[in-house]
Order: sequence, then C-alpha cells, then structure tokens
Amino acid sequence: MSYIRKPKFSHPGLQTNDLGLTRRDYEGTLTTLCGGCGHDSISAAIIQAAAEMSLEPHRVAKISGIGCSSKIPSYFLSKAHGFNSVHGRMPSVATGANIANQDLHYIGISGDGDSASIGLGQFCHIVRRQVNMLYIVANNGTYGLTKGQMSATADMGSRTKSGEEAQFENIDMATLAIELGASFVARSFSGDKKQLVPLLQAGLSHKGFAFIDVVSPCVTFNNTDLSSHGYKNTWENYVALSDVDFVPMRDEITTNYEPGEEKDITLHDGSVIHLHKTDDSYDPTDKDQALGHISKYKKKGKIATGLLYINQSTSDLHETQYTIDRPLNSLGADELCPGNGALNGINDTFR
Amino acid sequence: MSEIIQSSKVSTITKTNDFVVKFANVNGSGSASANSMFAKAIFRMGIPVSPHNIFPSNIQGLPTWYEVRINEDGYLGRREGVDLMIAMNEQTIGKDIDSVLPGGYVLYDSSKVLANELLRDDVNYLPIPLKDICLREFEKPAQRQLFKNIVYVGALSAFLNIDFKVLTGMVSDQFKGKEKLIPPNVHALELGHHYATENFACPLALRLKSSNKNKNKILIDGNTAIGLGCVYGGATVASWYPLTPSTSVVDSFGKYCKRLRIDAGTGKRKYSIIQAEDELAAIGMAIGAGWNGARAFTATSGPGISLMQEFLGLAYFSEVPVVLFNIQRTGPSTGMPTRTQQGDLISCAYASHGDTKHVLLFPATPKECFEDAASAFDIADRLQSPVILMSDLELGMNEQSCEDLHWDDKRDYDRGKVLNAEQLEEIERYGRYLDSDGDGIPYRTYPGTHESKGSYFTRGSSHDAYAAYTEDGNVYAEVMDRLTLKMKTALNFIPEPVISSSDGNKLGLVYLGTTQSAIQEVLDGLAKKGVSIDTMRIRAFPFHDSVIDFINNHDLVYVIDQNRDAQLKSLLKIECNASEDKMHSILNYNGVLITAEQIETAVLDSMSEIENSEGVSA
Repeated sequence: MSYIRKPKFSHPGLQTNDLGLTRRDYEGTLTTLCGGCGHDSISAAIIQAAAEMSLEPHRVAKISGIGCSSKIPSYFLSKAHGFNSVHGRMPSVATGANIANQDLHYIGISGDGDSASIGLGQFCHIVRRQVNMLYIVANNGTYGLTKGQMSATADMGSRTKSGEEAQFENIDMATLAIELGASFVARSFSGDKKQLVPLLQAGLSHKGFAFIDVVSPCVTFNNTDLSSHGYKNTWENYVALSDVDFVPMRDEITTNYEPGEEKDITLHDGSVIHLHKTDDSYDPTDKDQALGHISKYKKKGKIATGLLYINQSTSDLHETQYTIDRPLNSLGADELCPGNGALNGINDTFR
Repeated sequence: MSEIIQSSKVSTITKTNDFVVKFANVNGSGSASANSMFAKAIFRMGIPVSPHNIFPSNIQGLPTWYEVRINEDGYLGRREGVDLMIAMNEQTIGKDIDSVLPGGYVLYDSSKVLANELLRDDVNYLPIPLKDICLREFEKPAQRQLFKNIVYVGALSAFLNIDFKVLTGMVSDQFKGKEKLIPPNVHALELGHHYATENFACPLALRLKSSNKNKNKILIDGNTAIGLGCVYGGATVASWYPLTPSTSVVDSFGKYCKRLRIDAGTGKRKYSIIQAEDELAAIGMAIGAGWNGARAFTATSGPGISLMQEFLGLAYFSEVPVVLFNIQRTGPSTGMPTRTQQGDLISCAYASHGDTKHVLLFPATPKECFEDAASAFDIADRLQSPVILMSDLELGMNEQSCEDLHWDDKRDYDRGKVLNAEQLEEIERYGRYLDSDGDGIPYRTYPGTHESKGSYFTRGSSHDAYAAYTEDGNVYAEVMDRLTLKMKTALNFIPEPVISSSDGNKLGLVYLGTTQSAIQEVLDGLAKKGVSIDTMRIRAFPFHDSVIDFINNHDLVYVIDQNRDAQLKSLLKIECNASEDKMHSILNYNGVLITAEQIETAVLDSMSEIENSEGVSA
C-alpha cells in the first residue's frame, strides 16, 4: 500500500552522487501496483536517472492524473511535492504549476487512458504551449484500474485478456506530439532501462516540452500474446533507431563510436545526447523523417523507439508569455500592488 | 420646418431628472459607443444615471437595447416604461413604440415615412432624417452608418438640455491619440443639435438639469472593477476560456496588467494570462498555479461552472486556494446567454460530487466587485479552498455609478498558513493536513521549499493528516469533519450581512447582489404607503449567525431571488434551518434585472393576502 514507507535500511556501500545522495534518497513509497507491472520499472528508471544526474529531489514537482500510471509519482522522489489531480487533466495542473514557478523541474506522469482518451484535448494543448517539463505516458494499451477495458492506444486487431478486439484506429502519442510541435519526442519500453534512463535524463535536461511514450505492459489485464502492448509483442517488435547515451554537462565525453554512425546533440544546459545510429536514414532533428520512421515501422508491425525527434529552437511557455525571470509565486504586494495613487488616476478615467 | 407630430389629445410627460430613455438599435451598427457617450454625459452633469444593456447573443443584425434611467433621487435600479424611445430598429419599432408611456416621446429616422400603424395618438414623435443628413454630410459608407448614432446624440442634447460642451469634451477624451476623428464626430453632434433646435421647441418638457450628485463617484462596470481588483489583490495567473458575460473580467485584468505590472528593468511581465482550451483546463491551470503558491483565478459563467465541478471538488478536498469569478447568466443549459440571473447559487455553494461547500461572495456594486475580488485572494489563501465571487451579467457588463475605488496602502496580502524553510526546520514531523491550531486550517508548503522537509503528496483521494492515502473510514471522517470546522472558521474572514432595522418592524427583506439596486426605491415607496420594513443584504456564504437571527427576529421575511427556484431561500433552509413559514419568496427570472415596482407590489400583495386570511380566520 502506498502509505507504507520503505524501511530506512540502506547498504553502507551505496554510491553517492555529486550532492552526496544515494539512490535511496530518490525513492518513494512502496508500490501498490501488481508484481511485474511495467510502471514500477518506470519508477525505477526515474530514480536512477535523477540520482545519476544529481537532481535535487526537492526541486522537482511530480504531477499526474488518475489511473494506475498516475500512481507512479508516489513511488519515486518522496522529497518532491506531488500532485495526483483529476483524470485526464494533469496537463492543465502542470501548466499552472509551471507558470507559477519556472525554477523547478516538472515531471508529468500519465497513462494512455489519461492522455489519449479522457485527456486527449489537454494533452494536445500542453504540447502546443511548450510547457518546459518532462511528460511521460506509461502506455499499457488498457484500462488497468477498472480491469482491462479497451484503450485508444491499443493497435487495431490487438486483443485484451478477455478477448475483446481493438476495432478502431489507434492513437500514436509520439506521432501526435511531433505533429503538434513537441520539441523532444521519444519512445521507449519499461523493460529497456538501458535506453529509458538516458532518454529520461535527456528529457529532463531539454528546455521545452519533452515527451516520452513508454510502452509499459500491464501484467494483469493486457499481457497476452495477442496484445500489442504486452511483453511478448514489445520484445519481438521493438526497434531502437539508435542507442542513446546521456552525458551530463559535468562529465567529460569519453564514449567513442565509429565515425559516421554517431550524432552528438548538445542541450541548452550543456549536457550531451550521444546517439549511435542503427538506422542510417535516421535524423532526429528532421520532423518529416521522424514521422516517416514511425509510420514506416508501424506498417511492418514494429515499434520505433529511441529519441524520435528533437528541436532546440522553440520557445517555452515562459518565453512566449514573456514573464519575468523570477518565479511569479515569489512576488509580494510591494511588487504586485500599484497602490492607491495609481488607483486615483484610474478613478479619474471613469468620470 | 417639421413640428412635433402630435394629435390634439396628446399630453406630454413633464419631468426633470427623472425618466427613462431607451435606445432600440441593430446589433453591430456602432450604437454602443454613442449610447454610452449619452449616459456618461448625464453622469458628468452630476445627475444619477444607470444604463442597462439588453443585448442579443449575436455579432450583427439582431435587436439590441440600451436603457438609461435618470433619477435625481439616486434610484438606479430598472424601471419599466419608457419616457423617450430612440427607435432605430425597423425590426422592433412596433413593439418599441408600444412600450412608450402615454405622453412620452419617440425619436425616429424620418428619412423613411413612418407606417400609419406605428402612429399612436398618445405619444409625441420626434422625426429626424438621420440617414439623409449623414448621406449629405459624410463621404465614406462606414461613416454614413456610424454617424447616424452620433447625430441622434447631438439631437438629444438639444431635446434634453445636455450641456453641449460636456459632449464635445467627451469626444476629445475618447479620441485622444486619434485626433483626426474628433472634428467629424463633433460635426455629427452639431448636425443633430442644430436640426433639433431648428425644427422643434427645445428643450422638451422632459429634460435634464445639472446637479451635484456624482462627486467622488465613478461610472464603471463590475467586470472591469473585478479585473482591477485582481491586479490590486496580487493575482499573477489568469487562465480562462471565453464565455459571455465573463470575458471582460480577463480583458480588464490584461489591460491593467499591461499598464501596471511590467517589470521596469526588463520590460517583462509580472503576470501571465493563458487562454485555455476549455473551462476544465482553465480551472486546472488556476489550481496548479495556486498549489504552487501563485495567486490565480479564472472567470466564467454557468456553463463553465458545470464543467469545473470536478476540479472544484479536488480543490476543496485537497485544500488548494483558487479564485473563481462567476458572472451569472440565464440558465439552464445555454439558456439566454446575454441575459442576467442569480441562478447558480446552489450549484456553486455545493459544487462537485460528494459533501462539499464553497465560500461565495455576493458583491452588489462595482466598488464591491473591486474590493471582494481583491479580498477573495486573501480568503482563498487563508482557507486554502476555492472562493467563488458571484456577480451577474447585470452587474458585470453594465456601467454603474459607485463611489471611487480606494486601496489602503498599508494593507499587505494575507497568504495564510504557509511554512518557509526556517519554519520547517523547527518542525519534527510535518503533516500537511494536521490541524495544529484547532481552526480546521492546516499548514501548507510550496514545492521546492526545503531539501528534506515539507514535501507531501496532494491528492483528491482520501488522505490522512500526513497526506498519505487512506481507506480508513474513521480517518476519512476526521478529515471531513475538519473541513466542516474550516467552513465555520471561514465566517471570521468573509463579510457579514448588511442589516438595517428599526425597533418594532415585523417584516424584513432578504436579498443579495444586484437586487440591491432596487431596494432604496422599494423602501421609500413602501414608506409612502405607511409600511416600514427591515432589510438584510447577504454578502457571503456560508451564512453568519446574524442571518438566522434576522429571520427569527421578524414575523415574516421576503426573500428575493432572481431565479425560478428560490435558491437563496433554499440555502437559508438548508444552512440555518430557517422556517418555511417565516419566508415568503419574491422571484424574478425573466432575464432582466428585478425592478422596485415588482418587489413593492409583491410585498403589498402578500400583506393584503395575510390581512384577508387573518380576517377570515378571525
């Protein structure tokens, strides 16, 4: 149960990061999800990503909607404030929180029901607004908490555990995000921490709206051989367009790839995404190519993963809103209230 | 030379500073600014004046009316019956002329002959060839249309004895920065004035006389005042979705922010206004910002309130401050989007599923809109709960005269119980929902405050004092009971009712909001008939004890509701256990503001009914 705290026991040999914190300092409460749930792997990946990056836990805000996915924020970074809000409405809450204080890291966690069905409208608009945050969809292709109903992301022809077939065209969240102008779009698999962790780190470092669609199997209701979002299908049809390494700005780049197969992308904060390409035609800075790749692999029944698209030249919401550099929530009456003198002048305009 | 067309039988209404002028126009014809110039000119002459827009949900083509009541005694509510009709709309001219009181006047465009059936023998006609004059005098088609409105204002200045210098002064004010537009506008005013004085005996028996009633007063609409109140109250985040009649709240906030909230050094904004994709997102953003320590609001009307219900329950239960301005319009459903009503009292008092309750504020004037808007942020922060300011279309979108707005420069914002890093350092174990002070209000922290203390998980699911999820029914009930206590504490922070009573009065009037505009006229009218009655204007929900005391201290109170279902009366029954026998409803739900005459008639009818029944039983 989520109210059970983890025991405060830790191995004396645990490594510490630049802040002197161990991975334990990035954990949350004990999970209440089913054993083997992909979502727990996502929590673990976030913990690892944040610890390795030496993110200050309390400078993160975790916001979610409703559903199994939206429980995830309980299970990592217990020193960060969390907000488990309303079904499908995490984007608006995250937007408001972000506009109040741009100095925190924002991690939004949602699911396919939360973002592709009830909250599809809010999802589309937060992408358009370029809220500076990391938005994760834990995508299991089913409704877990209500016991296995059909999801809008399940591939057509996919079947749930009860045998119900997906009869409608599915919504590809990554494609949608790219279409609507997201400046960082990736797809990964909860079972592939090697890929997911650097993508999370890159998404957290990216300035602007970073979206990661994480295929995250539901072991209880959607893990049959006929399910598009089960472990079997995902392992079999999962294609990484590149291997991804994330190099924080503090580290010296030591990895060495063969020339012609690699690409370095330096982010605004100085960190570097190091890509080792597996598909020659892949260029994640080209929007049309990114969309083409997703579609090309989908036609073959494959799932294109990795960093699908990145654009570092967009403005985030604070830039388009032209807000001051200090957080709005730090301003007091002395800076916000114009005073009675100004009001007297305003009165005169109404006579 | 034309004359006032009148039959020999016709009488003329002879009144100074006490009449109603109504403009019947076509929506989108540019009449609004000319009409409001007319009203403001009267205001500048020191005469109490109250304009009321009665407009369609339409951009162009449908009928729209602008009703201006002028009353030296300061009765600024609506009054039925028209003394002078400016009949500019051929679609409605028949009904418009019908609504003129016997002896009244009809100004119309005589470029076209008035049909015989429109000629009444008991009203006076003021024909002016507006179209012909404008065709002759102006070149551009747009000017020919627009200046018809200015020409009739010019004519009215002669008919009613408006100081012409006041009008030309207003034109200069209005076109500051666009000086090229001043001469043609003044010319149009002169054309009308000249035609009227040349062709009619001016002024009419219906006329204005300068007075001194508007010292330290302004003419402003409620939504503009709310926008200003948000600036003064420290709001930094506005998220909204356009919805009549609430839209101008955010327009006003934006207008004054641009002027007053720009950082001097960088030119950057100390505010943010986000147009949301719908009302759900609008309130969601405001709640997200409020959770993160910014003062945030949204503005909407009935349909938006319906959409925001789920989020309001979240804010109530997870205790996040947020301010919501509900500029009520006529429901249910789309209803009459451009007509007024007090129809959302119950849906806002208990918005959302489960047991909920929200603080409501009921301003009655633009000045109270300003003050309540600013205070709403203090109250929301203090209570960590939504505060809904309940205005309506009548108050929100009509200019009204009220006292000057004032801000006490010594006043600071009350941010409520928020712990900073130093305070957290002193606390052994922080509990977000711990009632340490016994007033039902716990301490909150903003995200990012302290590296190891003060973080918590905000959730709409059941939680304990430490914000942890719980399905323990007793713990859940404790939280619900604390929220009940919090609403009792709220009474210390929300305005008391305004009560006026005299010894021995057995009857009372209970009302809120815009009904106030009619009350002085009702009291004076009843006094003339020997009836003395106490009044209680409710300014906030939940109700203070003084509310039920007032009801209990009278034999009978008239509860005035501008809705069909007597929603205020229902709230009094639910919240204070007020007896049905003690309350008599006076209802108005035709989409326009209740009048003094309606209230007075209802009170007198009820009194005679009681007398009759008492006579029978005796």
